[in-house]
Amino acid sequence: MKIKALTRPTSSHQAPGSSAARQPRNLDPALHPFERAREYSRALNATKIERMFAKPFVGDLGKGHVDGVYVMSKDPERLDVFASGSGDGVVKTWDLTSREETFKADGHEGIVKGLCWTKDQRLLSCASDKTIKLFDPANTNSRSVPLATYLGNTAFTGISHHRSLPNFAASSSAISIYDLSRSSSTPLQTLHWPNSTDTINALSWNQIETSVLASCATDRSIILYDLRTSSPLSKVTLALASNAIAWNPMEAFNFAVASEDHNIYMFDMRKLKRALNVYKDHVAAVMDVEFSPTGQELVSASYDKTIRLWDRAGGHSRDIYHTKRMQRVFSCKFTPDAKYVLSGSDDGNIRIWRANASERSGVRSARQRQKLEYDNALKDRYAHMPEIRRIKRHRHVPKAVKKAGEIKGEELAAIKRRRENERKHSKKGSVPRRSEREKMVLATEQ
Amino acid sequence: MESGVEIVTRKPSIPSGKSFEARQKPLDPEAAALKKRETSAHQTYGRGRKIAPKSIKDKKLRSNLKLLESKYKDAVLKAHDAEILLEHESGFLEPENEVERTYKVRQDEVKESVAVETAKKGFELRLEGLGPYVCDYTRNGKGLLLAGRKGHVATMDWRDGRLGCELQLAETVRCAKWLHSEQFFAVAQKKYTYIYDHAGVEIHCLRKHIEVTHMEFLPHHFLLATVGNAGYLKYTDTSTGAMVIEMPTKIGSPTALAQSPYNAILHLGNQQGTVGLWSPNSTEPLVKLQAHRGPVRAISIDREGRYMCTAGQDLKMGVWDIRMYREVNNYFLRQPGSSVAISDRNLVGVGWGTQASVWKGLFDKHRDDQEKVQSPYMGYGGEGRRIESLRWCPFEDLLGVSHDQGFSSIIVPGAGEPNFDALEINPYENTKQRQEAEVRALLNKLQPEMISLNPDYVGNLDLASAAERKKEADLDRKPEDPLLMAKEKNRGRGKNSSLRKFMRKKGKRNIIDEQKVRVEELKTERQKRAKTKSKKQEQELGPALSRFAKKGP
Repeated sequence: MKIKALTRPTSSHQAPGSSAARQPRNLDPALHPFERAREYSRALNATKIERMFAKPFVGDLGKGHVDGVYVMSKDPERLDVFASGSGDGVVKTWDLTSREETFKADGHEGIVKGLCWTKDQRLLSCASDKTIKLFDPANTNSRSVPLATYLGNTAFTGISHHRSLPNFAASSSAISIYDLSRSSSTPLQTLHWPNSTDTINALSWNQIETSVLASCATDRSIILYDLRTSSPLSKVTLALASNAIAWNPMEAFNFAVASEDHNIYMFDMRKLKRALNVYKDHVAAVMDVEFSPTGQELVSASYDKTIRLWDRAGGHSRDIYHTKRMQRVFSCKFTPDAKYVLSGSDDGNIRIWRANASERSGVRSARQRQKLEYDNALKDRYAHMPEIRRIKRHRHVPKAVKKAGEIKGEELAAIKRRRENERKHSKKGSVPRRSEREKMVLATEQ
Repeated sequence: MESGVEIVTRKPSIPSGKSFEARQKPLDPEAAALKKRETSAHQTYGRGRKIAPKSIKDKKLRSNLKLLESKYKDAVLKAHDAEILLEHESGFLEPENEVERTYKVRQDEVKESVAVETAKKGFELRLEGLGPYVCDYTRNGKGLLLAGRKGHVATMDWRDGRLGCELQLAETVRCAKWLHSEQFFAVAQKKYTYIYDHAGVEIHCLRKHIEVTHMEFLPHHFLLATVGNAGYLKYTDTSTGAMVIEMPTKIGSPTALAQSPYNAILHLGNQQGTVGLWSPNSTEPLVKLQAHRGPVRAISIDREGRYMCTAGQDLKMGVWDIRMYREVNNYFLRQPGSSVAISDRNLVGVGWGTQASVWKGLFDKHRDDQEKVQSPYMGYGGEGRRIESLRWCPFEDLLGVSHDQGFSSIIVPGAGEPNFDALEINPYENTKQRQEAEVRALLNKLQPEMISLNPDYVGNLDLASAAERKKEADLDRKPEDPLLMAKEKNRGRGKNSSLRKFMRKKGKRNIIDEQKVRVEELKTERQKRAKTKSKKQEQELGPALSRFAKKGP
């Protein structure tokens, strides 16, 4: 008779001379019952923990500004430097690590409308006092005179720098391209749509396809320009004016506009008849929008005193940030490492928020990292479960915003109902439905 | 997922989208080996059927699922390859020639031929006068709990031979069970049920569990289920102390209770010979089986929840397939079986009268139909000690037999799971590991609402209502094609009559209009699709389950 019974020597669970017990694995599913139910419970716990750890607010920068912060700018090549401009014409730069002010200039007499960094780490600012000024925060002291001043005919509303060349574009009623390397303060060229005279609200230079510029104007139009032909490319008119425009840093042809109608629209510059995506959640005009450096997320600032974070592919916001003291938010920016979001609001403060509310900076142990990765995978997998979805989505929202959202919902429902009634009582096909993504497009011109 | 390889291995009669040449191309040995590895990996580690991404219209979903499927396939293969890391092999007992019989091997012979360490694991505890005893092992097999009918309760770490606590309760003890670890155990006493800790200190008295005869502890749900003479099935959450539900079984006093380790359903046997499957979410049994012609004496379910063994007063032991609720085989016992237990490697121990026998190969999930086994694998007893209960020691080749004169631990080679997963249940855990595992288990506690016959339903989508909702929301939906909506002509089967005959004849007029062509086309297409699908399903299910493949469209 051949007989053998199980024997497990001590060394099989603890190596001789070691105090660490071994942990053998056996992946046979028979040894792991209730796999899905247990995974689901873990996913639920992970979701709850994520919400418990969600503390998005990090702090604010120094003492902020005296007037509201209407414009901010990051240097895409440096992580720690940040510039802001306020309503009283003051331009400041900040050190993000110490959160202290590093440079201050009482540069302008009107509202600072645009800020951008040049390639040699100097700062350009434009304001409603019809000037563009060039500062050198790294090498000059605070309150020193600007290195250069460019004078315009009308108030400037925005400024944007070329990715590599020493050129920048400034907008007023038209777009003027300046060359920093030339000593003259006259623009190289001026771009405008043939018959449009309205003020341009904002402009943005495409950082990948560097011959393309986009602007939005008070006549509700968004115009794209091509610098190679020195002419405008195409124009799309929306139902309401747009306040800001941002190019996707990863997809050269996609851009997002922050509209007065509470929505953000993402467009493909090749197909302007239809938005690629509509981001709906704000309950007041959207004042600023920016893509994350990864191109996968957006941040938006709104007149409803909140900022919201969006997934590029989704239609509703992923998160909403607000504090009691934060007033109308006029600008928001991602830091170049995509980990933080900065917001500048009417109360003169610049606030730092985490881009991912529950994430903590600092070195993580391998086990901790593994656990977080596992939890994220589980949360993804069970994201559709009602309980998990409810917990994940739940946010405390200021009463005013909540109320406004409810009223807005009712109003939209009423409009929709009215439209449906109209449709019901008119000739079939005479009142066609329009998709949400093309509803706001009034006209496109080439 | 979709590859030429898959198609070649099939019989040529199966229709496929690929060209004839592709099907005829012979397999190179490397691809064949890979294919074989994939199939065997999928058999053990697969989690159900694959999704054919081709059938999905939505582009994003298709690419997501494709990615998911490839990840899944990769994981299955990796799990299969990790088998090389398993350290231990299961034991065995094999005759060397056709004269030898394994059931004739006695314990002293076994002890002589196994390692000294293992031989020590077979021991006897003589506890006369306080029996009969019932026994229970903890989930990791470390602790042993003995409870004598006359009030003697003892726990021990049997591996070290160390006594944990010993109680003389001086009242009837009907059942005793370990809770989630060797720190706590529950004892069903004369009137109430009590919970004691490792030192034997009474920590809870469950006053709602009165005159309990059978208990089960559901470790993943932290539920203690009891049933008493009055026939009330009660679930108590041992982590919160709250009573989850109590329900009348309405079948008189129960005679056997067992839990399915696969889905935490309780199998409750009664005097009438039926076995009811109970969950805390229904006041009626989910399933009722007529298992025996007399009272059901003992029930046991295998760890994968596929088979159940029952022993009854009618001198029978039945083996049931609890996916089909059909009896696979039944075996004759000379005396009514008092206890049945199925080990991790599917050995069935049954105690009848003064003897216990162990059966091997009563069921095999990979076999098409289960053949009747002619003789047991091992035998034990016949020494005048009436056997009360049998319990397999997890992760060991040991069978614990408790009888009216104490407890014997006998060695049954090939019974235990050789390779444990230390992150699931660790037989060699230290205090710290036990404490951490306890916290983790409490965090991952499953809710009683999750108990159902199919434990994998958690996380499924409610597809029916979603489709309904989508249909309602879509105001612009296209009207359905009236031609397709038209009913197919039935074949005119049924009661014959002159009118029917006339109608039939009329219906078969040789007029081929658009509708008829359309319907005929659809019909053939549907039949073809159904045929391919069922063939494919049959192959996937393997020989044992191929008859469950869906036949029709």
